[in-house]
Amino acid sequence: MTARLLGLWLPLAVVVSWALAALLGPWLPLSPDVIHLPRILEPPGNGSLLGYDDLGRSLAARVVSGAQTSFLVAVWVVGISALLGTLIGATSAYVGGVWDLVTVRIIDIFLAFPGILLAIALAGILGPGIDNVVLALSVVGWVGYARLARAQVLSLKHREHVQAAIVLGAGPVRILRLHLLPLILAPLIVEASFGVAGVVIAEAGLSFLGLGVQPPSASWGAMIRDGARYLLVAPHMVLVPGVALALVVLAVNLLGDRLRDRLDVRRER
Amino acid sequence: MHPFGVCRLHYLLARLFSAAIVIFGVLCLVFFLIHLVPGDPVEVMLGESARAADREALRQALGLNQPIGTQFVNYLNGLLHFDLGTSLHSKRPISEILLERLPATLELSLAALLVAVVIAFPLGVLSAVRKDSVWDHLAMGVSLGGVAIPNFLLGPLLILAFSLWLGWFPVSGREGPGSLVLPALTLGTALAAILSRMLRATLLEVLNEDYIRTARAKGLAPRVVIWKHALRNALLPVITLLGLQLGALLGGAVITEVVFSWPGLGQLVIEAIQRRDYPLVQACVLLISLTYVVVNTLTDVAYGLADPRIRVGGGR
Repeated sequence: MTARLLGLWLPLAVVVSWALAALLGPWLPLSPDVIHLPRILEPPGNGSLLGYDDLGRSLAARVVSGAQTSFLVAVWVVGISALLGTLIGATSAYVGGVWDLVTVRIIDIFLAFPGILLAIALAGILGPGIDNVVLALSVVGWVGYARLARAQVLSLKHREHVQAAIVLGAGPVRILRLHLLPLILAPLIVEASFGVAGVVIAEAGLSFLGLGVQPPSASWGAMIRDGARYLLVAPHMVLVPGVALALVVLAVNLLGDRLRDRLDVRRER
Repeated sequence: MHPFGVCRLHYLLARLFSAAIVIFGVLCLVFFLIHLVPGDPVEVMLGESARAADREALRQALGLNQPIGTQFVNYLNGLLHFDLGTSLHSKRPISEILLERLPATLELSLAALLVAVVIAFPLGVLSAVRKDSVWDHLAMGVSLGGVAIPNFLLGPLLILAFSLWLGWFPVSGREGPGSLVLPALTLGTALAAILSRMLRATLLEVLNEDYIRTARAKGLAPRVVIWKHALRNALLPVITLLGLQLGALLGGAVITEVVFSWPGLGQLVIEAIQRRDYPLVQACVLLISLTYVVVNTLTDVAYGLADPRIRVGGGR
């Protein structure tokens, strides 16, 4: 019972609150950018929920606003890279030949960069902004899905039901869509769920380095960076966004574990 | 059978060949980075107020006025002579700057690796041997936390606790061995978490094997069975994982260096990005990635030569 609570319901609650905060945030009566001068660096309690930052902005409002950034980036990046990666990996494995050889080499080349480093360089060169963050992280992200989809299709494409479909005259698009994709979906979904956690950390990391969303927009990473300068006087500036970030990542990972067990996927890394 | 047979040589050559292709691909990708700068890179680097003559001079210096094919050939030619160009900001040769910063990053990465191994082994072995015990849950809980807390959060927290409150270690910089402790701990924790989970999983698998039962049945002490018989076999996948995770380590080093003002390559990348010193950014990315490729290839080759079972499927 406790295992179920800790492994399923609590993480689910965290992820749902994260999503709700992100989706409903714009309609909530919050003012993440409004400055209350008398409350600068005020700790939590005393009539304020989570305290105020160095400019006197409400941390509660900024955490919700930061949730929006991380959620948006996570959904876009995982969406784009999973779609693109699956498409590239699956077709490459199915078509085979030179095309596959080239794809494998390209995948290897992308894997040769420490992921976050390439994202940092791309984001740094493209310039800050949420769209460039999405772009940089997608460029890094598609490779994992491509590798996974390719391996899966390779092991499946000689199965009898695929051969039967070929004999019946089905074209490659139809076979990929109806006979292969449904079978490789489970491991891809598991990969994507861990991918969400990775993107949340990466987005916060880029923002921490000043390469993510620009002020005054809120991001948990940028909040941690701002807070690090006031560690001794106002540790809540780091702790509030830090706890939010760690909770979301932990919850997503736990749900991913759960999903993997449920879908019976062996994760190969 | 030949001791160093055709099969081994073939494996070695194939592995080196694919490493060469990957390295070439990395070179190409890094070359194109500067062409991704939105608009005119020269204008972005010098700012809008720059004089036309200055722009033209920089364009000449970077070779951006030449056809792209010529640029690429010049770039490769420069690399062959360890000529990475000059930094736009400090006007010094880039190779000189990199050599200055490299030792700090190597030191940090190796220390982090050590931290990871020292933390992960007791945790992983303990939780595998005492599976489903309180210890197991505790150890795996700790490692789950280690994955969830990114280094740009862990770093400030460690600074708060051990530098500001307890005053044991310096807040930042690289002076004396004490200054290495917190950065290494920050960078090593995530790896320790992944490593301990992996160790637990492989050890559990190995402990189910027949030869372990035989070892136990013949009356060997549990300590000997675990440390000598089981761990040795569980170690192989763990070592591969270490090779693969090195990339994450080097990437994480960038952020960790920024947190602690550690004067390594990572901080150099960020400084270069902030100063729009793109040739320097390119060179840093190139150096870090090439280090990763080389270490990875060496791990793979050593591993393949040691364990003939690996060769069949090829690397990775």
